[in-house]
Amino acid sequence: MLPPTRGPDIGVPVPALPPEALAAEAARPAGERQADAAQEGGPQVGADEWVARRAQRHEYLPSWLGSAQRAAERVGWWPRLAIAGLAGVVLPLFGLGGFQLQVGIDSLVIALLAVGLNIVVGWTGMLDLGYVAFFGFGAYAFALLSSAQVGSHGIHLPSLLSIPIVIIATGILGLLVGLPSRRLIGDYLAIVTLFFGEAFVEFTNNVAPGVLGGPNGIVGIDTVHAFGHQISSNEGYYYLLVVLLVATMAVLRLLDTSRTGRAWRAVREDPLAAGSMTVPVDRVKLMAFAFGAAVAGLAGTIFAAQQISVFPTDFDTPILIVVYAALVLGGAGSIAGAATGALLVYVIYDGLLRSPTYSGYMFYGLILLTLLARLRPWRRLALVLAGTVAFGFVAHAVAQAISHTWVAGAPQSTGSVGAALRDWVIVPANAQTPGKFGFVLLVCLLIALVQVKGIWRTVLLVPTLYVASFTWETVLIANPSVTRQLMIGAILIVMMNARPQGLLGTRRVEVPT
Amino acid sequence: MTTEPAQPPSGEQPGQDAQPTPVADGPVLSLSKMSLSFGGLRALTELDLAVNDCEIVSMIGPNGAGKTTVFNVITGVYRPSSGDVRFAGHAIAGHPPHTIAQLGIARTFQTLRLFMNMSVLENVMAATYGHTRATPVESILRLPWARREEREARALAEEVLSFFGQRLAGYRWDQPAYSLSYANRRRLEIARALATKPRVLLLDEPAAGMNPAETHEITELIGRLRDERRLAILVIEHDMHVVAGCSDRVVALDHGVKIAEGGFDEVANHPAVVEAYMGRDPEALAESG
Amino acid sequence: MAFFFQELVNGVTTGALYALVALGFSMVYGVLKLLNFAHGDLYMVGAFVGYFVIQWFGGPAALSIPVPLVLLIMFVLAALLVGFLGVAIERFAYRPLRNAPRIAPLITAIGISFFLENAALLLFGAQFRVYNTSEFISFSSGIQIGSVSIDAVQIMVLLMGLVLMVGLRLLVTRTKLGKQMRAVASDREAAEMLGINVNLTIAATFFLGSALAGVAGVMAGLLFNQVTNMIGFVAGLKAFTAAVVGGIGSLPGAMLGGLLIGIAESFITGYVSSTYTNLLIFGLLIAVMLARPTGLFGRPQLRKV
Repeated sequence: MLPPTRGPDIGVPVPALPPEALAAEAARPAGERQADAAQEGGPQVGADEWVARRAQRHEYLPSWLGSAQRAAERVGWWPRLAIAGLAGVVLPLFGLGGFQLQVGIDSLVIALLAVGLNIVVGWTGMLDLGYVAFFGFGAYAFALLSSAQVGSHGIHLPSLLSIPIVIIATGILGLLVGLPSRRLIGDYLAIVTLFFGEAFVEFTNNVAPGVLGGPNGIVGIDTVHAFGHQISSNEGYYYLLVVLLVATMAVLRLLDTSRTGRAWRAVREDPLAAGSMTVPVDRVKLMAFAFGAAVAGLAGTIFAAQQISVFPTDFDTPILIVVYAALVLGGAGSIAGAATGALLVYVIYDGLLRSPTYSGYMFYGLILLTLLARLRPWRRLALVLAGTVAFGFVAHAVAQAISHTWVAGAPQSTGSVGAALRDWVIVPANAQTPGKFGFVLLVCLLIALVQVKGIWRTVLLVPTLYVASFTWETVLIANPSVTRQLMIGAILIVMMNARPQGLLGTRRVEVPT
Repeated sequence: MTTEPAQPPSGEQPGQDAQPTPVADGPVLSLSKMSLSFGGLRALTELDLAVNDCEIVSMIGPNGAGKTTVFNVITGVYRPSSGDVRFAGHAIAGHPPHTIAQLGIARTFQTLRLFMNMSVLENVMAATYGHTRATPVESILRLPWARREEREARALAEEVLSFFGQRLAGYRWDQPAYSLSYANRRRLEIARALATKPRVLLLDEPAAGMNPAETHEITELIGRLRDERRLAILVIEHDMHVVAGCSDRVVALDHGVKIAEGGFDEVANHPAVVEAYMGRDPEALAESG
Repeated sequence: MAFFFQELVNGVTTGALYALVALGFSMVYGVLKLLNFAHGDLYMVGAFVGYFVIQWFGGPAALSIPVPLVLLIMFVLAALLVGFLGVAIERFAYRPLRNAPRIAPLITAIGISFFLENAALLLFGAQFRVYNTSEFISFSSGIQIGSVSIDAVQIMVLLMGLVLMVGLRLLVTRTKLGKQMRAVASDREAAEMLGINVNLTIAATFFLGSALAGVAGVMAGLLFNQVTNMIGFVAGLKAFTAAVVGGIGSLPGAMLGGLLIGIAESFITGYVSSTYTNLLIFGLLIAVMLARPTGLFGRPQLRKV
């Protein structure tokens, strides 16, 4: 136990810790050191330890999610990765097939991209809005090296050669793109990288159509093959991606806990101070770009091999925004956050395109989950749910009384969800136009919900939920490709306002300079 | 505090260099005819300044005198318009900050620039970057010598933190920097600077915002830094207790020009210094016409 | 030679359009230090407003009220609606993030841009909406200088653009609001402490900037005829280019940048090929940014360390 740091002794000159005491301190595990603080007379406002503990408490997700987080943290990072990897490998055995496997593959690719983007945005704090161009470059480079596109017979490099080559080449491209980062601060860098991303799409669309295929892209790409075997089934690519994702996350974790990771984070915190503390800021930024690009390049190769084709539109802005939404939702700055966010975002993003039943489950399920997590006490939750149900039936009855055409339509959700909603939600005969008005009304209600407080918020929740269901059943499900983009945009807006550190990220303290 | 030379530490502490080779002749850090202008604003004019090994020099002067600008020029944040900066005989003007830091000049900041969201230990370990060599690939592979280097960096960080006794010890190592009290943050910044294995330490208003007890502690700490760590220290301070308590020499600046230099009593009573701080005596002004 | 001047005229006209959008963009950046990625989409909303006004009054071929009146209503309504939309976006999405690190409002802006584009897609569908300007403003009305023809719409765009730019300059330099805007742009905290209502000033800035974008949107509809939910994206990119090349935060820079981009675009399309236009414009931006990171008119920010 160390001498007290509070009380009348404070201010008396303090000698350095003698070497024996230092060695003893250093030898203790971190958990034990933490426990010391509690012994210093309990929590005291303003004291270092109290501030730290309070900040920690606030970071966790609300209610039972937070408890789950705390439990998970006790396990340790590497065991968590192993468990996640195992879960990923085991998942298909539960009867995942067909399109579900494809969704899995795509979400793993997005996870890889998010984890790579995390290096640039989350750790080093640079906004790279052209990141998807590295993904595209990796895919196209692999396509050129592994297809009949170049030359009379084409280059068909073995995958064990082409994949590393592409990774390194993309890394070098990242270096080049990062060069402007030396002279450009924040916003300017965002713009330049955005333009680079756009330029890439334009380039692949218009330049050298003979080699790059123009809008029709490159087809007939080899599958990943090595030692005489090739991966040609979706299962194969799924497992390959799980392995690659776990490996990449491991590599990045090793980097994060090394001098490079500390340098990246120091550059994000305060580039000037970092520079004055021997960190070569420009070089560190370039490294971030290079590594981020390399990861994207890897994702590109597997993507190209699995799709057997690449098109310019595969690498346009919507994908970039999905990756950003993944990172923002999961938590920038956290490897696990990036991967988790990506899986969450993409499963919903793609799942929305599938059957209306599936998306119905997801939509209502998500709403219920959010209410469960945020609405306390349970009484209030029950009240809101009961109120919404009642409100719905009343509204439906009223609408029916006014005119039959007002309820002549059927909810778009099929299956059990749709059946349950039939007499509850108003679905007019020609649902499109009222649905659009419902959408506008929903946005207004949501904004109002954020503005009001207390009892009014609970009250307003009821019509908001109803209008949400109304809009969903009339117009949102009918246009799934638009709805999912709306969801992505909403994720970005809501997360930045409500929980900028994402689900698994650490809340940052910013000191205005 | 007296200016008698300090006793060398009785035992080698980890991370502490052996006795630094004194420069054959002359100060370890010197500015000669240093001038800097920002557009039309002359921040520094023909400034001469020298600091020797194991010496504490204080820079005083009213706000806007250019004291922090001197630090910025020395550490490479600004490039001087004209003049020389020499460290251990080498000219360093125009080098990027991280190179100068690696050569052995470290600083703290007037407005506290910690890596707030990193832990205390990480803050200090981040500063060991320049003296470690592991490339990213070598770090990933956790090669034996890379692991050893990491262990040594950590040991250095722990040792540097132990300099502050129990203030920055124990459980605080793993706390984020933003959870530290203000005085501890200032100490952490000094600790971080120490981790760069400097020969010259620039402290920018280390006692700013501290109560008398903490001020007393920091004064004693600066003396210990000179004696135990054998550093050349340049201190900017407004608190005259600190200046009087630890300086070997005092330099006074006003409007980018050196107006006095010498011992504390000499400088404090120098008419130009008094005028810079207090303005001219109106009676004396009237008398002189 | 005539071709050259024709392209020049076309370029200046589109340039005026870009300049208006770039102006609003620069204004917002000036006061909030925020790159409002959603700005281009406000221009798109303006274009749609204009379209629906035409439809409301009977459609391009059968307008029930005189053409100048329709035009007036289109411009005024677009300015007002888009202006208020901009204010609403600022109020609900950006204001809570006023003191957050720069990345937060930037990402929120991207989200809003994406959301607006897709909301428009949901509400208005994917098909192109056409203004059919020639139905109510005939091509033949206009002036002819030698073999260079400037049609009525172009004249109107040029005149309006000029009036608006001059008006904005006067507002910023001569009026109290303009002074407040410049103060807030310079140092928000100090402005607040001097008694300036910062929230109101920022809201006013957003209103003006968005209104300009809305007006530009209507002009775009009249000039280019086709309106769809994605026109804001590309126009926004070009407006960024213009504002940044001119020096972000600088209003004269935005105007000059807009004109430059418009002219460059016109010449590249005319003399080289339209396929490479966007690519070359982007390349131009990257080149300028690397050579002069603060743009042509931008002032490098001096910060006290």
